[in-house]
Amino acid sequence: MEYTWQPLILTFKLAFITTLILLAIGIPIAYWLAYSRFRFKFVIETIVSMPLVLPPSVLGFYLLVAFSPVNFFGKFLDSFFNLRLVFTFEGLVLASIIYSFPFMVHPIQSGFQSLPSSLIETSYTLGKSRLKTLFRVLLPNMKPSLLAGIVISFAHTIGEFGVVLMIGGSIPGETKVASIAIYDEVEALNYGTANFYSLILFAITFFILLTVYFVNKKYLKPF
Amino acid sequence: MIKIKIRKHLIAAEGNMDLAIDLEVKEREFITLFGKSGAGKTTILRILAGLTQPDEGFIKVGNEMWLDVEKKINLSPQKREIGFVFQDYTLFPNMTVKENLEYALENKKDKGVIDNLLEVVDLKELQNRKPDTLSGGQKQRTALARALARKPKILLLDEPLSALDAEMRSRLQDEIIKIHKQFNITTILASHDLAEILKLSNKVFFLEKGKIVKSGKPPDVFTKDKISGKFKFVGEILDIQKNDVVYILTVLIGNNIVKVIATETELEDLKIGDKVTVASKAFNPIIMKV
Repeated sequence: MEYTWQPLILTFKLAFITTLILLAIGIPIAYWLAYSRFRFKFVIETIVSMPLVLPPSVLGFYLLVAFSPVNFFGKFLDSFFNLRLVFTFEGLVLASIIYSFPFMVHPIQSGFQSLPSSLIETSYTLGKSRLKTLFRVLLPNMKPSLLAGIVISFAHTIGEFGVVLMIGGSIPGETKVASIAIYDEVEALNYGTANFYSLILFAITFFILLTVYFVNKKYLKPF
Repeated sequence: MIKIKIRKHLIAAEGNMDLAIDLEVKEREFITLFGKSGAGKTTILRILAGLTQPDEGFIKVGNEMWLDVEKKINLSPQKREIGFVFQDYTLFPNMTVKENLEYALENKKDKGVIDNLLEVVDLKELQNRKPDTLSGGQKQRTALARALARKPKILLLDEPLSALDAEMRSRLQDEIIKIHKQFNITTILASHDLAEILKLSNKVFFLEKGKIVKSGKPPDVFTKDKISGKFKFVGEILDIQKNDVVYILTVLIGNNIVKVIATETELEDLKIGDKVTVASKAFNPIIMKV
């Protein structure tokens, strides 16, 4: 049985980077979705939720077309930023961010919405800015929602297959993540190796979720 | 001097209502907005704080324009220098009592202010507790101290004591008086508790459906129809019995069944099931501490 740790390391690297970036952009967008009174907010909400229902292959296909250096956007990125997003790790990160977007935004958005608006108003009457209110009052009081967003996004990125297959392919060390490696090994009838990757993925995700639910139980207590 | 002249169309539970207020508050005065719930008390406080926008009008505090709808002046709540105490305390659950107060500080170095405030509201011992371990009264004292930490020009109290029991309410009323005297701060209280208003405020504005119908010193405002030399109750006649020359009526008042004497002339057009007013002169009541 031949195997390397590479696909697994790549998977967790991808999930980690994706989650980190998603957290940074998910919080402002969830904040906006929770509090904005913009008339066409529902359109934005629809777009954010699209990856929930869209087959990953559809998403992957359009990203592939968009990022392809043969086409306008891909050519633009290639010549101005020397950035190629097809069959590269960077491309996987971007695709994962889009694909896991609702999994980060939705829990945080409902976290914001479940906080009483009087907490925000109180902070404002105490002379505190929106930003300070966000970081000192809102986010610390919705840790379970943040944790939920982080964990679900992370887990969802680990479980990605269709999008990665479409835009990343299977380049070892670059785009060959564990889920793809398993598929390749099964195709090649190497059931032992496939089982090795699967088992590790299974165990690690189980323990991540287990830890989170255990911590969350403790977190929720003082509230 | 604070001048408030505002108008706002409200969609309330009992239908549409026009809130139209024109009032002046002198500096360091303690005034009360009195009225039934839905009369517009909270909305006025929220407009003062900048949390709700009126349709037209202005708010002038001293020489500063806080709001002028026509000239598009509208200071944000952050810039209005107010202390707002909400009915449901709104303490930040992630911070201790002390941290809640510190959060409100304009200048982080003013730690002395916090110690003084903790002393005033008697929370020194509880300063490291989180809000969810406090009683209602302790929470409200924290909220009160927090509102003062910023040294506001105006203190707005929105029914701050209505969720507390009678004893705690009385204690906190004393504390509010103490604070008002010590900090020399203009205070506007929304309340529907007559005893509270008589005890605390110099002036009361009587609100009905968004309009001020009466204003003045609390005893004067309430004397005519609210305070009188009589006890007056409305009840329902349960039974009428003749006893020699008089009749004995059994009347249900609230949850109490009361027997009263009536003469034949009084009974002429009364029957069982009628709603009646039972009144008595109050010159010789029996008063007992509960």
